[in-house]
Amino acid sequence: MTSTAPDLVAGFPFPFPNATYRYSTNVEPARGVVTTPAGQWGDAVVDVDAEYHRELDERAAILEQDPSRYAVLPHMDVACWDAMLCLMRELALARPGSFDLEPVAGGARPSYRWRNRLLDIDHTFVLGDPATLPAEPLAWITSQVQEDVVLLDQRDGTLFGDAGVVTFAADWSFGFDVGMSFLEIHGPVPRIHPEGVITRAHEFLKGLQPGETYRRTNWTLTIGRRLDVSTERYPEWGPDRAMVRTVDDDAFGRLVHLRTEVQHLVRLPESGAVMFLIRSYLLPLADLARVEPWRARAADVIAELPEDMADYKGIATYRHRAAAWLRDHPHH
Amino acid sequence: MSTTAPAPTAPRTATPPTALPAPGLPAPLGAGERLALVVVAVDDSVPGVRSLSLARPDGGALPSWTPGSHLVVEVPPGAGRERRLANAYSLTGETVHPSAYTVSVLRRDPQEGAAGGSAWVHGLAVGDTVTTTAPRSAFPPVQRATRHLLVGAGIGITPLVSHLRSALRWGRDVQLVQVCRGGRGAHLDEVRALGGDRVTVLDGRAALAAHLPALLADQPIGTHLYTCGPADFMDAVLAAARALGWPESRLHLEHFGLAALDPGDPFTVTVTGGPTLEVPSGTSLLEALEQQGYDVPHLCRQGVCGECRLRVAPAASTGVHHRDLYLDDAARAAGDCLMACVSRALPDPATGRAHLEVSP
Repeated sequence: MTSTAPDLVAGFPFPFPNATYRYSTNVEPARGVVTTPAGQWGDAVVDVDAEYHRELDERAAILEQDPSRYAVLPHMDVACWDAMLCLMRELALARPGSFDLEPVAGGARPSYRWRNRLLDIDHTFVLGDPATLPAEPLAWITSQVQEDVVLLDQRDGTLFGDAGVVTFAADWSFGFDVGMSFLEIHGPVPRIHPEGVITRAHEFLKGLQPGETYRRTNWTLTIGRRLDVSTERYPEWGPDRAMVRTVDDDAFGRLVHLRTEVQHLVRLPESGAVMFLIRSYLLPLADLARVEPWRARAADVIAELPEDMADYKGIATYRHRAAAWLRDHPHH
Repeated sequence: MSTTAPAPTAPRTATPPTALPAPGLPAPLGAGERLALVVVAVDDSVPGVRSLSLARPDGGALPSWTPGSHLVVEVPPGAGRERRLANAYSLTGETVHPSAYTVSVLRRDPQEGAAGGSAWVHGLAVGDTVTTTAPRSAFPPVQRATRHLLVGAGIGITPLVSHLRSALRWGRDVQLVQVCRGGRGAHLDEVRALGGDRVTVLDGRAALAAHLPALLADQPIGTHLYTCGPADFMDAVLAAARALGWPESRLHLEHFGLAALDPGDPFTVTVTGGPTLEVPSGTSLLEALEQQGYDVPHLCRQGVCGECRLRVAPAASTGVHHRDLYLDDAARAAGDCLMACVSRALPDPATGRAHLEVSP
């Protein structure tokens, strides 16, 4: 039995191009289509799928309950407008039938007409004039995209995570990290510092030119179809790591999800900020195992992962069972 | 925060099929993609300065850019120019989805040693096609600045025009000082119309020298200074700021009218896994590699754009004489890269041999 909509399997960004996984500065130009044994992904910077309404409702509920998931330092006002305009444009490119951004007037005070047919929005606004929007620009646009958004300000040769809306964090806290430098945000990650992975990524991002857009993937395992596994809600999901060791094989395959993050990096033109988009995709092992090359590759990678990396990802206690489960469940 | 639920809307009506789509927003550009633009207007009203407006052939919006950005314009060979030039010119117009890119170019006389790019620009006519890069940002405003203090001289006013425009759009505190001679300067009328009493115009360097100490001493904490103009002008502005204790992180300069570099001493270079080449005095490492058939990405050939960065393998390398304006101190100290268009090998103090090992 599967509970996953067909487009979520066909569009799943399987994150293991190699038989082993190590951290690397794995950035590539955006918009390149990746074909997989189940379908394809990657042509859009902002992706809209069958979960659109459900995930937006979930984000709204999380923000209602915990406003610390949304933060904008005062100097990030320009970047928020920039991000909104960029995301609207990307939605229109991804789904021209559902979204449309139309320039109405140019010049010093450009105005635009924005239509989001999935949410019945038809709204004209003036760039930089908050009175012409129904909400703050970053808040408004993140109620219309499934991606989490972090905006990085560049100054003194360093990037700082100074604004964002993050409701679907995988074991980190945006509220804790806001205002930190890129290097501080990545402080807890093992291996990447001595290997220079993070400093190389930082140098790369600082050199992005206006409009340039790149992407990378990251991954972990998550128990249950739970997007919000933030530090703030650890008391709710933390015990699942012990619980999942006790369930039977059937339940294990349905509960344990491979979680892929497709992360896009965009140099916003007007503010010069770097926009970091995180889109989280979840696929239960039970569905993953139906795609034979995915099953075999995921089993290999998860089994081989060094202990410190498994520990940091929070999967050390059950990843060997996950690998064994995948090995024991070839699809027929 | 909460988002406002959209009001229920009336049933949508389809766009009439007869309505032509507006030439809409620009498609995303591929990495390194060039733009083929058409000259739609020229303005020669300031002596010696040609302002060009460049637009998409279909009239649609162009990619947005960061204030302070420049366009690298391809200048084809001909009229004494042996090879293609790539000249960087600051953008002066609107930043957000503009209908045209505008640049202003001071004519420098090829008979007095100029490479000929500006003379070519001055010969362009409406309707001509020009190939450019997408806008490139190397002189952006600092968003956290409490005030933006813009100080430009001569044609160096150009990148500050977009800074002024952006600061006014977003309600940032801004002051601009323009130094020109005899009350005539590029963009002077435009800058005055935009900035009003935020703009001070000074007639010549002596007026600047008299004005500068008081100007720089009387700025709120957190002010950032941006300067562009001839090298000795910027040196004077920055020296005055440093003498008053301005921290380096609040000083920003845009290089313009780069002085020609000295020809440099000869050295040798080994391409990893390849041959060893001689790089004579007067030939750049980039040129030496090109002569051997290596295709090194490059744009400006002036050490500004950062495109021709090569990795330096330490093996037999004797050290790098960095002459670019791109790499920061940390990258230079690491010693593992250089800009091939301007930088060279340092001689080993013991042997006198100057050698680099590089990989593209």
